[in-house]
Amino acid sequence: MPSSRSTRRRENLEAVAGNGLLDRRSLLRGGAAFAAAMTGYVLSDSAAAQQLADDPWSAATGSLLTDYEVPARFEKRVARTLSNPKGEARTSHARTPHHLLNGTITPNGLHFIISHSGNPDIDPDKHRLVIHGLVQRPLVFTVDALMRYPMVSRMAFVECGGNGALLASKEPLNVNVQALHGLVSCAEWTGVMLSTLLGETGIDPKAKWLIAEGADSLAVSRSVPMSKALDDAMIALYQNGERLMPGNGYPMRLLLPGWEGNMNIKYLRRLELADAPAMSFYESRTYAQILPGGKAYQFYFLQEVKSFISHPSPGLKLSGPGLYEISGVAYSGNGRISKVMVSADGGKTWAPAALQEPVNPKAFTRFRAPWRWDGGPAILQSRAWDEAGNAQPTRAEIIARRGETTTIPNVLAFPSQHYNTLTSWGVERSGEVKHVYA
Amino acid sequence: MSTRSGLRAAVAIALAFGSGVAFAQGPNLGTPVSPADIAAWDISIRPDGSGLPSGSGTPAQGAPIYAQKCAACHGANGKGGLNAALVGGQPLANGIETTKTIANFWPYPTTLFDFTRRAMPFPKPRTLTNEEVYALTAYILRLNNLIGENDVMNANTLAKVRMPNRDGFIIRFPDKMP
Repeated sequence: MPSSRSTRRRENLEAVAGNGLLDRRSLLRGGAAFAAAMTGYVLSDSAAAQQLADDPWSAATGSLLTDYEVPARFEKRVARTLSNPKGEARTSHARTPHHLLNGTITPNGLHFIISHSGNPDIDPDKHRLVIHGLVQRPLVFTVDALMRYPMVSRMAFVECGGNGALLASKEPLNVNVQALHGLVSCAEWTGVMLSTLLGETGIDPKAKWLIAEGADSLAVSRSVPMSKALDDAMIALYQNGERLMPGNGYPMRLLLPGWEGNMNIKYLRRLELADAPAMSFYESRTYAQILPGGKAYQFYFLQEVKSFISHPSPGLKLSGPGLYEISGVAYSGNGRISKVMVSADGGKTWAPAALQEPVNPKAFTRFRAPWRWDGGPAILQSRAWDEAGNAQPTRAEIIARRGETTTIPNVLAFPSQHYNTLTSWGVERSGEVKHVYA
Repeated sequence: MSTRSGLRAAVAIALAFGSGVAFAQGPNLGTPVSPADIAAWDISIRPDGSGLPSGSGTPAQGAPIYAQKCAACHGANGKGGLNAALVGGQPLANGIETTKTIANFWPYPTTLFDFTRRAMPFPKPRTLTNEEVYALTAYILRLNNLIGENDVMNANTLAKVRMPNRDGFIIRFPDKMP
C-alpha cells in the first residue's frame, strides 16, 4: 500500500490537463520536492554558480533605520506606469504592476489611481462631509468626529470600469498585464459604515438614490442606489492600516465594495439623498458602454467576475523548461470566488487552480497552479467563477454580447468597459511571453 | 456584524416610521446644517431641471464667452482641440469605440449645464456665473442644431430640450443587478 500511495503521489505531479498542467494538490503535498524542481523567471542575467563567500553587506553594520521605510533600492522598477506624467489637462492613470507583486494586497504606493484633475491637497482639519437632501436632519461631519465612530475593516478590490478594455480590440495589442489590468487593486479598508451615519440623519422614505460628490476641482459626482448605500457602503478613512493615500481620496472616500471604481467617490464631501439619479457626466456619458448596433448600457455598476494570470506574463521570461507556478488574481463584485480553472493549451483543456485562503467576498483571491513547461509553445489562460454562479465570459461569449472594435485602439484608450473576458498569454520557445487571443 | 445589522434594522425603522430620532448606537457627532449653509456645494442638477438656478442665456450671448474661456481647449466653434470636440459626432452604430459626443450620446441637456458649472473651465472650475453657464449651454446646444438661434435657456426651458440619443440606453440597474 505505501508504494502505491507514493506512486499515486508521483502521478499527481503528472499532467491533469493538456500541455503540462499539474495537480494543484502537488503545491501542498511534497512541497519541498516541488520547490526544488521549480524553475524561475528571468528578469536579469542570473549569476553563475560560484563559491560562497561573505559579501560586503555581511561584513559591516547596516544603514540607519528610517522613520518611514521604502522598498529596497533594487526594487525601483516595481512602480506604477503613468499615462499623463506631465499633467496635461486630461485624465491621469497610474497602473498597478501586477506582474511584480504577489499575494492579495496592493501596497498603498502602488494602488491604481485615476485622477480627472490631479490630487487635491486637502487639509483634514478643514474638510467636511455633509449629508442632506431627503433626510430628516441634514448633518455635517468633521474628520475628527468620524474618527470617533465605530469602525469596520474589510478587504475590497477597487476596479476602474475601463480596466481590461483593451481586450475589446479586434487584434491583440502587444501589452503586458500592467497595461491591460493595472486599473484594479485590492486593499484592506477601514472606516465608518454609511448606514451608521444615515441612522443619525434619518432617511425620508422617498429617497431612492444618493448623489455623492468629491472635493476635487471637478467635484466628481455619481449617483448610487440607496440599496447599496444601506448594504455595505463605507466612508473609508484607512487603507491597509494607514490613512488613505492622496491619490485614493484622502482624507475620506466612499467605498462601494464590488462596484465600478469611479462610483467610489474620492475626497468625499457631499452626500445628497434624492428620489432620482442626477445623470451626472460620469454616469450618463463616460461610464456608459456602446454596444454593437449603437445602443448603450447605462448604470452598469457591478464589476463582474474576472481573473488574470500575473505569473508568468509579458516581461517575465521563462528561464528554461521545467516546473513553474502559474498564479494570478480572481475577484467578483458578486461575492466570493468559488473556482478558478487554468489552461496551458489555449482553452482546450482545463485544470482547477488552488485558491489561497482566506477567500474574501469582493476582494482579490490569489490562485496558483503547478505547470511543467516542456519548452514548446503554450497559451496560458485563467477563468473564474463566483459564488453567485457567474462564469467569467470567454472571448467568444463577450464578443457576442458586447462586440469588439472595428479599428485598432491606442494602448491608452478605453474602447469599452466592464469587459471581463479571459486574458491569454502566449509562451514562445524562447521563454518570452506575449499577449495573444485564443 | 450584529452592530451592523442592528443599525440596518434601525435605518429600516426610520424608513418605515419616517423618524428623525437619532439612534443609541451612534455617537451623534454630526452638526445640524441649514440649506443656506449648504448652498455653495448644493450644485447637482437633475434631468427634470430641479436644481437649476435663476438666470438665462442665449447662443449669441454664449459665443464670446466660449471664445474667451473655452476655445483654447475645445477649439474654435467647438470643433475640438487639446480636448474633446463639442459639436458633431459619428453614428454610434459605427462601432463600440465611437467617440461619444453631446449630440450623438448625451441623454440629458441638464448634464451639460451641471458639468460646465461644476468642472469648467478646467483650470478654474466654478468661476462662471449662472448667466454665463446658461449662455454657454445655449451656444453649445445651438452649435449642434439642438435649439433655435434665438432660443433662451433658463430653468424652465433647458430640461425640455430633447437630446437625440435620449432613448438610446439599456438600463442595467436595477433589472440586471442582483
